[in-house]
Amino acid sequence: MNIVVTLKQTFDTEAKIVIDGSGKIDAAGVNLVINPYDEFAVEEALKLKEKFGGEVTVVSLGGDKTESSIRTAMAMGADLGVLINDPSLENVDEWAAAEILAKAVAQIPYDLILAGRIAVDDGSSQVAVRMADALNLPSVSSILKLDIDGDKATVIREIDGGSETIELSIPAVLTAQKGLNEPRYPSMMGIMKAKKKELKVLTLADLGITAADVASKMTAPKFSLPTPRKAGKMIAGEPAEQAAELAKLLREEAKAI
Amino acid sequence: MAKGIWIIVEQTKLEIRKVSLELLSEARTIADKTGEPLVAVILGKGIADLAKTVAAYGADKVILVDDDKLADYTTGAYTSALNKIIRKEEPQAVLIGNTAIGKDLAPRLAHRLGVGMASDCTGMEYDEANFLKFRRPVYGGKAFSEVAANARPVLATIRPNTFPVAAADESRQAEVVNEAAEIDAADLRAIVKEIALVASARPELIEANVIISGGRGMKGPENYVILEACADVIGAAVGASRAAVDAGWIDQKFQVGQTGKTVSPTLYIACGISGAIQHLAGMGSSKVIVAINKDPEAYIFTLADYGIVGDLFEIVPLLTEEFKKLV
Amino acid sequence: MNFQLNEDHIMMRKMVRDFAEQEVFPGAEHRDENEEFPMDLWKKCAELGLAGVTFPEEYNGVGADYLSYAITVEELSRIDASLGVTISAHSSLCANPIYKFGNEEQKKKYLAPLASGEKMGAFGLTENMAGSDAAGTRTTAVREGDEYVVNGSKIFITNGYYADTYVITAQMDKSKGVKGISAFILEKGTPGFTFGKKEKKMGIRSSATYELVFENVRIPAENLLGNEGDGFKVAMTTLDYGRIGIASQALGIAQGAYEQALKYAKERTQFGMTLAEMPVIQFKLANMAIQIEAARLMVYQAAYFASEIHDNRKISKYTAMAKAFAGDTANAVTTEAVQVLGGYGYTRDYPVERMMRDAKITQIYEGTNEIQRVVVANNILKD
Repeated sequence: MNIVVTLKQTFDTEAKIVIDGSGKIDAAGVNLVINPYDEFAVEEALKLKEKFGGEVTVVSLGGDKTESSIRTAMAMGADLGVLINDPSLENVDEWAAAEILAKAVAQIPYDLILAGRIAVDDGSSQVAVRMADALNLPSVSSILKLDIDGDKATVIREIDGGSETIELSIPAVLTAQKGLNEPRYPSMMGIMKAKKKELKVLTLADLGITAADVASKMTAPKFSLPTPRKAGKMIAGEPAEQAAELAKLLREEAKAI
Repeated sequence: MAKGIWIIVEQTKLEIRKVSLELLSEARTIADKTGEPLVAVILGKGIADLAKTVAAYGADKVILVDDDKLADYTTGAYTSALNKIIRKEEPQAVLIGNTAIGKDLAPRLAHRLGVGMASDCTGMEYDEANFLKFRRPVYGGKAFSEVAANARPVLATIRPNTFPVAAADESRQAEVVNEAAEIDAADLRAIVKEIALVASARPELIEANVIISGGRGMKGPENYVILEACADVIGAAVGASRAAVDAGWIDQKFQVGQTGKTVSPTLYIACGISGAIQHLAGMGSSKVIVAINKDPEAYIFTLADYGIVGDLFEIVPLLTEEFKKLV
Repeated sequence: MNFQLNEDHIMMRKMVRDFAEQEVFPGAEHRDENEEFPMDLWKKCAELGLAGVTFPEEYNGVGADYLSYAITVEELSRIDASLGVTISAHSSLCANPIYKFGNEEQKKKYLAPLASGEKMGAFGLTENMAGSDAAGTRTTAVREGDEYVVNGSKIFITNGYYADTYVITAQMDKSKGVKGISAFILEKGTPGFTFGKKEKKMGIRSSATYELVFENVRIPAENLLGNEGDGFKVAMTTLDYGRIGIASQALGIAQGAYEQALKYAKERTQFGMTLAEMPVIQFKLANMAIQIEAARLMVYQAAYFASEIHDNRKISKYTAMAKAFAGDTANAVTTEAVQVLGGYGYTRDYPVERMMRDAKITQIYEGTNEIQRVVVANNILKD
């Protein structure tokens, strides 16, 4: 069973955000990691590979540094990597990213496409589902469980207030929610093997498209830092006094109760 | 000629979700400013009576798409039906609540329409050049991004609890139009077999106005009853930090944070939570933050509007008694 | 000179660090308090390939270099020095002598399961009357037919009781002095081989430290490691390389303690400012950083030489320097870290008191820091 996992390299969730002089988010000194939700996707793909055989290909849109995340996925057990790295891809919106990934994925034989449900940097939660539409595949987002039987997939999807069970036939695009699995640590052996695996680097031209074909539909984002919260009030006294004072402030001052 | 601001109204079991009313309320002010009609679109089965409600909250026109195939939400059917109608009517903007359904539907619909989309917006303003511009949190709320759409319709999902719900005006009338659901067969490939809703008397975290959350300081699963007792007095939802979830004290679905749920309540009471940056990513947009923690150095105190350095096992029950006196 | 770690090293560090922070950290205090051996974590380490980093793939090892091994022990020890020494003693003191001195059958039978972590290893050299003076071994071995009969005891043996495989030394001919000592591979469960006292220690409390007791233990002749009389050479070579493990452990302890102090200094306020804004504390932190940097360079250099130079007499000086310096660094840094955390640092609420207790042993075992200086002196006076 051949599986494609689309993966994004993101800032570590611990990273402090600094906006540089040109209004861009400064990546200097920031620890880059595999988007945590994409790790669930990689792990699920590896579990399916262990069960059914086949190959797992990781596809990513990014820059030079993104290679290290693809290698980490390979150290976990992914077999092949594809990195779409093109100098013209400075400001890619979700529409463009989905179009580009769809073109790359279309060149790879797959039975299933997995991705994380959301990226922790932009928090858009769009690209994988868009890509499904571009590839004319059914999609289910936010899955908590996946079972494959032949060409049928049964998934449990998280919805507000509970979950639902959905059946669909593969190929399809499924996005992973936390709780789907526990991603494995890459083993030492896996790390040693990763550098020998094939990692293709493609430009837009290799995909038969130009930058104009994938011009963003949204304006370039303008970043700002949040206004710092005003310093709060520490409530002193005995516990009974503190509780009474807090309740009073919440009712009268904050008008929150 | 593009016309109208459309709100895709979400209904579950024929009850309209609060976020849709929030969007109608906010969009109403933009509609008044721009002269664009405000249109509520409702999909489902047996939804006719819902038109009155959305009219009361500001809709000038209601489009009802009533069909068996739309009884329960599915990505394909809803995308297909909305795509057809939107292409036919060409609204200026389409807004959806960023709920589980919204997160799933909106990107698929956006791509079907060939347009961009701003997700999980916490701010929206009329804009001369692009009709609407949006403010949305990025990097777990550590920064904000302002974006607008070049293409039409403008498409965005809005975070629940961002906008207030206006007072309902029962006398308001709206034009009601029934549209047939045009659904491609190819969009019916995923079948919903079963829906398992966990009955809870408490509000859904992402919609709750008040949340009381427990973290590492809770020390064990058996202690969450203290928070639940408080929650039930003030009608709050109960949440948890990742530390508590990882320790197995409470189910993952209660987790608030970067890898949990993002909430935007009026009041967030954090008990025994240190305030790790990933937790803040999930509740940083709360209007009022209260922190109760034994550790005076806990980072959360730097963000709290009100802080109590104390033992939550003493404070919370006392607070519950105080709240009982108020409600 | 290339001072950069390569991609593999960076990935390995991240993996071990993530594992240590997520899986090892949560129970570290509890294990220390209760002297609980980290058996579950050992098994997870084995699954990740941490039990056989430097051994060839043909013997189930990872086939990586000594720098990879140093980073492994360093990152584990940064969180829990007891787990660090469990891996280090297993790899360097048991698996490694079998790798370097064993014949093909011994490598297949004993090295392979050790490198995969299926079995755990330990090294029985030290005795009541033979610590720094390792040549004063009183455990005896007598050849009887196709067996050696061993009598005596060993003390302070890391991984004792839990290990399956032991490399031990015994004196076969006192008249020959060090040349009378032989080394053997001994399996747990061999009749006459029992465990005595479990040591109650100041630090590395969840590392198992046991007495080994040999009463007419019959070891098959094919378990002789090397030739008769090679025992002392086996032991010294083993320690030459084993120092890298302990140096890495010390480095990891220092790094962990330093990070705790740094974090605390940024958060704790007194006199209206954070500790980190006070010059007195800044200098303490700077000194810790300087010492750790120096120690790291020495440890990595020793590791680099261990992989690149296959002459242990040449590397011996560097591993001795690294072990001595890193051990001293760990003690200085952990003591200072407790100081920076003040009263809180002295309590169990923070891990620095454990790190300070853990650090002390790095100046003592696998060759005291005094012996390390003897090794360095011998080396420099010989050149």
